[in-house]
Amino acid sequence: MFDDFFTRALIAGIGLAITVGPLGCFVIWRRMAYFGDTMAHSALLGVALSLLLDLNLMLSVFIVAAAVSLLLLLLQKRGALSTDALLGILSHSSLSIGLVIVAFMTWVRIDLVGFLFGDILAVSEADVDLVWGGGILVLAAIVYLWRPLLASTVNPELAEAEGLQPERARLYFMLLMALVIAIAMKIVGILLITSLLIIPAATARRFATSPEIMAVLASVLGALAVTGGLFGSLHFDTPSGPSIVVAAMALFVLSLLPFGRNKQAETAIHSTHGGHH
Amino acid sequence: MLNFHKSDQAPLVSLNNAGIRRNGRWLVRGVEFSISRGEIVTLIGPNGSGKSTTAKAAIGVLKPDEGWVEKLPGLKVGYVPQKLSIDWTLPLTVERLMTLTGPLKGREVEEAMHSTGIAHLARAEVQHLSGGEFQRALLARAIARKPDLLVLDEPVQGVDFSGEIALYDLIKTIRNRTGCGILLISHDLHVVMAETDTVICLNGHVCCRGTPQMVSQSPEYLKLFGSRAAKSLAVYSHDHDHTHLPDGRVLHTDGSITEHCHPGDGHHHGDHAHDDHATDDHVHGPDCGCGYKSRLQGYDTKESGRV
Repeated sequence: MFDDFFTRALIAGIGLAITVGPLGCFVIWRRMAYFGDTMAHSALLGVALSLLLDLNLMLSVFIVAAAVSLLLLLLQKRGALSTDALLGILSHSSLSIGLVIVAFMTWVRIDLVGFLFGDILAVSEADVDLVWGGGILVLAAIVYLWRPLLASTVNPELAEAEGLQPERARLYFMLLMALVIAIAMKIVGILLITSLLIIPAATARRFATSPEIMAVLASVLGALAVTGGLFGSLHFDTPSGPSIVVAAMALFVLSLLPFGRNKQAETAIHSTHGGHH
Repeated sequence: MLNFHKSDQAPLVSLNNAGIRRNGRWLVRGVEFSISRGEIVTLIGPNGSGKSTTAKAAIGVLKPDEGWVEKLPGLKVGYVPQKLSIDWTLPLTVERLMTLTGPLKGREVEEAMHSTGIAHLARAEVQHLSGGEFQRALLARAIARKPDLLVLDEPVQGVDFSGEIALYDLIKTIRNRTGCGILLISHDLHVVMAETDTVICLNGHVCCRGTPQMVSQSPEYLKLFGSRAAKSLAVYSHDHDHTHLPDGRVLHTDGSITEHCHPGDGHHHGDHAHDDHATDDHVHGPDCGCGYKSRLQGYDTKESGRV
């Protein structure tokens, strides 16, 4: 019914959306949207280094993203600048260094637009395997780390006092983010990764009554956005990456409309506030 | 009971000459105390005196830069931090909050919510709670896990006055029932001290320590809190001879009601009725002119304005 490349794109995209759903929730809860951006931007430096040193692309992107997040941790410990200032510096420096390195390498021609916006229609079968393999790994890690991650999101000192290890959970979380960005780069591109992390999770908030439900919903909504976006791009002949983001945004806008509000959330609000709807 | 005697004797946690330093400044230094099972230790002191820092050192969140902290191996801590804000984007019901740091049986969760009076809020999102309800929820969460050591950093902030007394009663009950040790941080001098075994008065270092009575009479304490405190101190050493009514007036055990409670008015234990007119020739009001009430009020708003 569909061409092979379209089916592959659909399977890879859905796999990625399911993977990033729970991560996106943590990005929102921890107010780390800009951190996701920074790691994504640093991916271009990873691309440049992979060309320069002849490394595997995903490995190189993962290493650079992980290094940037470790650097952030170190700079935060020094405490001289606020986190968002540090992120601004790291984000655009790594992006620019990547661009400069690419410019020096006159012997290679790379498709920058491809990296910035991704090309989901070009994923190979190996890519699909990687997305699902990596995705299952990431999801398993999230399930394993769920309690310490959630508790330290609420309050790291509380988590630490009660025997969880927030620092370790945070480090693992950053590594998982680096891994997801390395995987996602080819599919939605550097500039659009953060949107796939954030928009479905934000949409899920409206309907969620617990952190766990929100994580699952974010995955489901992300998968819906990928499906809608890909069919839309096929139908209207639009670029696939941006179409997926537009579909995600459309779902978010729908969630803002004042109907279909979750029953449980409604009663919870009513019972505390005597009902103001 | 004798079998437990030995472990009862070992303190749950002890700080030995502990000091915490940040950016070249000692936040607190030379702190020495221990908490045993069934003991309530209260830290008092002005803002910035290192109360929270000391508590964090005691539970291992902060590592001391000087001295050392010993914890009983496998010590189970229940912690109510001073500040806790939960992002609006996190859907968290009161019920779900209970199992934040570890799994609990449904019965344990219900018990904790009942004893803190928030059972009816189980399905409410924590962001919708009032300040007082939220503090109760945090306390419920900390006690639900049946800790060996309960660390409460200003647990009654934002709780109204009668609720405050109820919460302190609850803390006492928890101690009596479970035998856990309690480290309490308070700016609220008068209510706390009645149930406290040891009061430690901090101001960057341990100013003075002892039973509530001993501390209340120590010159260091008076110097730190001023003469105002000397008056409010008498209130808390007489804690069980009066009840604070919701309208702010005070019901004494002799059945009388006064505008406020202060020593020497004849309504408190140990007062000599005939002294009362000699030392106190009028009832203090907002405009009686002697400044007593306004001093007290100034003190109260400054210290409890935080919600």
